[in-house]
Amino acid sequence: MGLTVSELTDMIQAVGKVIEDNKAFLTELDSAIGDADHGINMAKGFHAVKEKLPTLADADAGTVLKTVGMTLVSTVGGASGPLYGTAFLRAGMKIGNKEELLAVDLDLGLVAALEGIKQRGRAEPGDKTIVDALQPAVMALKESLNAGKTATEALGAAVTAAEDGVEYTKGIIARKGRASYLGERSLGHQDPGATSTYLMLRTMQEFLARRT
Amino acid sequence: MKKLINLPEQVVEDMLEGMVAAYPEYIRLVPELNIVVRKDAPMKGQVGLVSGGGSGHEPTHGGFVGKGMLTAACAGDVFTSPTPDQILAAIKEVDGGAGVLLVVKNYTGDIMNFEMAAELAEAEGIETASVVVNDDVAVEDSLYTQGRRGIAGTVFVHKIAGAKAQAGGTLDEVKEVAEKVIANVRSMGMALTPCIVPAAGKPTFTLAEDEIEIGMGIHGEPGTHREKIRTADEITEHLTKKVLEDLPFAEGDEVAVMINGLGATPLMELFVINKKVAKMLGERKISVVRTYVGEYMTSLEMAGASVTLLKLDQELKELLAAPADTPGFKQF
Repeated sequence: MGLTVSELTDMIQAVGKVIEDNKAFLTELDSAIGDADHGINMAKGFHAVKEKLPTLADADAGTVLKTVGMTLVSTVGGASGPLYGTAFLRAGMKIGNKEELLAVDLDLGLVAALEGIKQRGRAEPGDKTIVDALQPAVMALKESLNAGKTATEALGAAVTAAEDGVEYTKGIIARKGRASYLGERSLGHQDPGATSTYLMLRTMQEFLARRT
Repeated sequence: MKKLINLPEQVVEDMLEGMVAAYPEYIRLVPELNIVVRKDAPMKGQVGLVSGGGSGHEPTHGGFVGKGMLTAACAGDVFTSPTPDQILAAIKEVDGGAGVLLVVKNYTGDIMNFEMAAELAEAEGIETASVVVNDDVAVEDSLYTQGRRGIAGTVFVHKIAGAKAQAGGTLDEVKEVAEKVIANVRSMGMALTPCIVPAAGKPTFTLAEDEIEIGMGIHGEPGTHREKIRTADEITEHLTKKVLEDLPFAEGDEVAVMINGLGATPLMELFVINKKVAKMLGERKISVVRTYVGEYMTSLEMAGASVTLLKLDQELKELLAAPADTPGFKQF
């Protein structure tokens, strides 16, 4: 896929815009089973990222991702800050000082992000969290790449898997985060974190598709 | 939404500046980072006590910074955990060489942010320890959930651990006594009306005119159930029984009581609640050593209250009785 650092930056900006556009929607989802701040906090974090990215024009891919991670950690707050922050930090650490990203880097980065989120949140699939969208997405991506698909196609499969994952969260009881206080009352509601993960992956996929 | 604010995004900064302007003899503000620090911190050789959490619970936490309680408090956005860099900065502000105890309420975000901050502090050579407060009996405690929430009982942890630190306790000793409080404190609350997060602009849930939520959390998280409004005595009896049965508190126990208003409950109603709590404890031959009635951990403009009981032994009794001088908690 050969994604340059400048394109990576544009892709992150596109993700930020989608989060901003979905601020009310994500907050609405969170008010049903959480504390009604997911969209607000994520939008605040990506707004800070937007301000920060232009200062990284000469940085490598790892530095860009790590800076996005630190910015999210220090601006989002709540649970989403450390979770998404850790995801970007770990992806950045894994990818390192590359100037151009290939499909394999996409795989490496997303696997590292998933592991970071699971570790930080002590969450497993079925807990009704980000993991329920991200883990199937990462697996679908890997499978598609192994089957010889392009990065765009593989990310397409990941997006479908993440969307199914979001749908799956409607049918399960939350075991992590504030939604866990609801017990069975969390049934029927989709997880806001899984939803924002799906939106991010979809935006990344659309960005790659537009490019090719 | 009708609120006395300027901009929703600015409400926490505005509040903190106002708080520090009111109490310059107690606290100072670390600009940009929304940290309230005891004016004379760091105290050399004394364990620092850092707490924090989302804003909207005032006087928690900034109001409890001062002699005999917290050394610093990190204010997050409304109902949102403070961030690791912010907590790290607070740890550095209060580190007097004897280590820093972090008092965390049991919420996913708070736990993760304080944990990241503790890792960063460790990397910088500052010794920290953490305790997690989970006094809310309304929430089922289970391995498969986040577990119980930290609510008004946290104020007793601040008070008693603060007294221990003030008396020169080591980090281990301060942590141990904080854990003793956590093991012996139980709370439960209820709400008459919801609250409105300024940035959201509308209530996070709605209650019918004659409906109340039993077991409501301090961020408007759902409780155990909704029911029709009943008399104060009936509601208080339900909450207090749940609290009593949980520990359980038993005949001959000595306790501290806190009747906490959630923001929009008249003191009149809090005293009505306390009358019933005192009667129930008397009937059970549980003796009340101290009672605190007022607003300690609020939930913006929510109407409602919580009942907290803390079982005391000799050590806790002495530390609870020790002087404290902070903007929101004074005892001489």
